[in-house]
Amino acid sequence: MIVLEGVRLTLGDRQVLEGISFQVQPGETKVILGGSGSGKTTILRLILGLFRPDRGSIRVAGEEITVLREQDLAQIRQNMAMVFQGAALFDSLTVRENVGYRLWEQGRLSDEVIEQKVRESLQFVGLEDAIDKMPADLSGGMRKRVGIARALASGAKLLLYDEPTAGLDPINGFTICHLILRLKTKGVTQVVVTHDLDIAFRVADRIVMIQDGRIIFEGTPEELGGSQDPAIRGFLDPSCLPPEAREAWSSRDAG
Amino acid sequence: MTGSFDLKNTLIGYLLVVQEFTFLCSRAIAGLFRPPWYVREMVLQIDRIGVGSLFIVVLTGMFTGMVLALQGAVQLEPYGASMYVSRLISTSVVRELGPVLAALMIAGRVGSGIASEIASMQVTEQIDALRAEGTDPIQKLVTTRLVACLLMIPVLTIIANGIAIFGGWLVARLYLGIDSYFYWTWAFEAIRQRDIVLGLVKPTVFGFIIAMVGCYAGFYTKGGTVGVGVSTTQSMVSSSILILASDFLLTKLFMAFP
Repeated sequence: MIVLEGVRLTLGDRQVLEGISFQVQPGETKVILGGSGSGKTTILRLILGLFRPDRGSIRVAGEEITVLREQDLAQIRQNMAMVFQGAALFDSLTVRENVGYRLWEQGRLSDEVIEQKVRESLQFVGLEDAIDKMPADLSGGMRKRVGIARALASGAKLLLYDEPTAGLDPINGFTICHLILRLKTKGVTQVVVTHDLDIAFRVADRIVMIQDGRIIFEGTPEELGGSQDPAIRGFLDPSCLPPEAREAWSSRDAG
Repeated sequence: MTGSFDLKNTLIGYLLVVQEFTFLCSRAIAGLFRPPWYVREMVLQIDRIGVGSLFIVVLTGMFTGMVLALQGAVQLEPYGASMYVSRLISTSVVRELGPVLAALMIAGRVGSGIASEIASMQVTEQIDALRAEGTDPIQKLVTTRLVACLLMIPVLTIIANGIAIFGGWLVARLYLGIDSYFYWTWAFEAIRQRDIVLGLVKPTVFGFIIAMVGCYAGFYTKGGTVGVGVSTTQSMVSSSILILASDFLLTKLFMAFP
């Protein structure tokens, strides 16, 4: 479904990604794991065509997206949906209008059918009662769930999540995790970017681990858990790192 | 060495701004000629920009006309020409003060509003979300606001002009004791066809400046919520300077063709 080969990206004078290659199979849930500033969110933006790489190939459903114009990219994006870190709900629209946004924009379905799809999606995330609310009236967890409902209602075959549990309490985090697992059983292809080990190990079929813009691991959650690579062990269990190594990690993150 | 290096970077920075601004303008104008046209969004913006700015435009026009009547009468009195104050009011308002003052007020209210709204959308990833949903954010956000400004700012200017001449009449009639028939006859007599054309071309150009500078400042916002404030201020300052500079150039241009 998605194939990245030798992707390199520089933003300004900073090299963000180098030599990124991996595949996402249809129906697979792939987790991109890494620390803050490692470049994992940038990979989602590349898949969505929001950034263009300096070098390398990105194919989505067999189409090379790095050479497409913005109008053609818009067509490719019709098969994808992204749940943004801050949900990115449109402030001026109600929850109903946010969730049904793409369907109303496309104008292919009647208002009744769209309303039905919006209600079904909100029901799936347990927020049918919030249909007439404005985004400003929702909590962080509710906004994330509305973001997922928006992605679902669009009928996209590929869902991208940017830090879906960041900033949420454990119960809301568990709810989001549960929603991703339910979508997995429905055969939806999902790419989850996170630094949260709990969600990564719960939902992933395969995990890609990124450090400093490079892939340092790709495999199953079991393989990741059994890895003896010091960089991976340090990320999975920071308490095993010597203090100077933790300090080096923090200062790199700040940089 | 450092100085020349900074100068080089500054010049490159300005060129980049011009390039980005030109790109945004061309994409926004191209959006006028291809669907979807986002009629609902356009009507909403026409309401916000047009109806929403009516009050400040009326107030600006009223006080401008009243002050012009008072000052004009003082200047004309030594020559015994106070009764011709309406000529002075109507020509100065239609040619210069109406378009410029209305545009400056609208730049403060509408231009900064456009900049802060789009900047907030940019820093909260709503612009990226629009693109992810398959919507061209320039066509949806910029083209609609550009159309609304191009349509409504000339209308608001005409209203400001009418109210200013009316304000002048209030002072002329109630304070200076000038005959109403005499006031209105000379007010309309003084306005020539080219004044009306100039008075409509200017607000159209100002409308373009207000919409595009506001949208540009919003779209290219960097630096989170602090950036939103910076963009809003930049939009207001840049629009005002461009309005005053283009007013001079347009006046000069029209004078070149008698």
